[in-house]
Amino acid sequence: MSISRRTEYDPDWFSWRRVTAILLRHLYVLRRSWPRLLELAYWPTVQMILWGFVTLFFVQHSSWVAQAAGVLISAVLLWDVLFRANLGVSVTFMEEMWARNLSQLFASPLRPYELVVALGLMSLIRTLISVVPAMLLAIPLFGVSVFALGLPLAGFFGNLLLFGWSIGLIVAALVLRFGLGAESLAWVAVFAVAPLSGVYYPIDVLPFWLQPVAWLLPPAWVFEGLRALLFEHDARLDLLAGAFALNLVYAIVATLFFLRICHVARERGLLVQQGE
Amino acid sequence: MDLPLDDPVGAGRAVEREAAAASLVPAVAVAGLVKRFGATVAVDGISFRIEAGSTTALLGGNGAGKTTTISILLGLLVPTEGSVTVLGVDMLRYRHRVLGRINFSSPYVDLPRRLTVKENLQVYGRLYGVRDLRRRIAELANELDIEQFLDRATGSLSAGQRTRVVLAKALLNQPQLLLLDEPTASLDPDTGDWVRTYLERYRSETGASILLASHNMAEVERMCDRVLMMRTGRIVDAGTPQELLTRYGRGTLEEVFLDIARERPGVDLAGSGRSG
Repeated sequence: MSISRRTEYDPDWFSWRRVTAILLRHLYVLRRSWPRLLELAYWPTVQMILWGFVTLFFVQHSSWVAQAAGVLISAVLLWDVLFRANLGVSVTFMEEMWARNLSQLFASPLRPYELVVALGLMSLIRTLISVVPAMLLAIPLFGVSVFALGLPLAGFFGNLLLFGWSIGLIVAALVLRFGLGAESLAWVAVFAVAPLSGVYYPIDVLPFWLQPVAWLLPPAWVFEGLRALLFEHDARLDLLAGAFALNLVYAIVATLFFLRICHVARERGLLVQQGE
Repeated sequence: MDLPLDDPVGAGRAVEREAAAASLVPAVAVAGLVKRFGATVAVDGISFRIEAGSTTALLGGNGAGKTTTISILLGLLVPTEGSVTVLGVDMLRYRHRVLGRINFSSPYVDLPRRLTVKENLQVYGRLYGVRDLRRRIAELANELDIEQFLDRATGSLSAGQRTRVVLAKALLNQPQLLLLDEPTASLDPDTGDWVRTYLERYRSETGASILLASHNMAEVERMCDRVLMMRTGRIVDAGTPQELLTRYGRGTLEEVFLDIARERPGVDLAGSGRSG
């Protein structure tokens, strides 16, 4: 790479028009497919109802849950933010592979990092479609409103969204590298971090040697923050800031990994061999 | 050659004027191009030029290296060695500066099948930065006779209809260089003839250059000014259709093709690897 390459300014280096073109492509599909929309909202709602009943049982039998009845429902709804954000990126990317459309995109003026931005925005839309109905239903069904968490909810949501994007980008890169045979990673990869994320229990429940590993994951900071808010009515900004700092690292690493695999795909001919 | 990149169509006209004035900038200039996949050599040191405003055919049997060469010209593949200049721009370093001014169609690449024809054209129109997109889509729909199925799902179209839609996508940005991989494969003779006529008219009206990979020798004889014969990753001969017929003492390009593909005794391939 020459110095001139680094310093030469490209006025067309980023285009929102191209980003919105990718958004449009996926919104067109969602718009006319009500089964897809229903499917997006279905699992978070079922999960919320399941954990709602578990909460009703524990409120009577667990003093810990009784202190903050909404802790389990709030946790499962926020966990779904992470899960859906991951799927929003990875499945949106895989749709291009299923449609054998990747070559068209990479032969167009679309930059790979514009695709990353488009995947993130599409993930945000899919995540909102997925979890907002469940969040709203939890209010009349179980009297739990995550919106009552106030401003910290935006911090929890944003951090989990960011981490979901990072996992989704890494999964998308792996599927691009190893083919659609690896597509199930989109649904299982995120569960590898679930036991260490302290979704339903405090991190200090984990074995002593595992706790430092858990603290390397942004969700651990988020769910500790959620419990601090619900049990101690303490909005722990330090936990949100810690999660955000870690998320920045993960987002940068995941984006660089994705861009690197895009280049590897161009070296190995993976873009011209994709299909269902 | 720095051009206003937010206006590929306008940029295209600027390039046409420059090329017409100087007549020096070839549409494509390839030198010493090599592409290896592990131990397999897909393209083996080829060099050729495509003059502005010409139609060039890339002929060869399966595995000759045609699709690999086209993929490199589109920036979908990174060559192992060699240089590629497209419309005066170094593809290996600045491919995004030229991708808005070229386009392609291939039977091996789909458009999203769930989107309607119009939606696909809108998405790609935005990706290619086409100005007054609505007018351009209407114009192409009229010219390519696809008006009646603009609102139909692309996946529901017949092969002939889909070919015209893919061609409309390839012409959206009025490309100065059009790369066509078997553009009339699987079309009935009438539709195939219609597509060839349209492409000839497009070239004569816009001064665009066309690179055509085809197995249809009659098509090549009719459309192409120049033919590059490939075998096992090399250009084994090149010339106008008439020059090749004379050189091989044959009546049709198909016979020439068979001579080269089967390495008939007595056929002089001393120019194996010669520059196009």
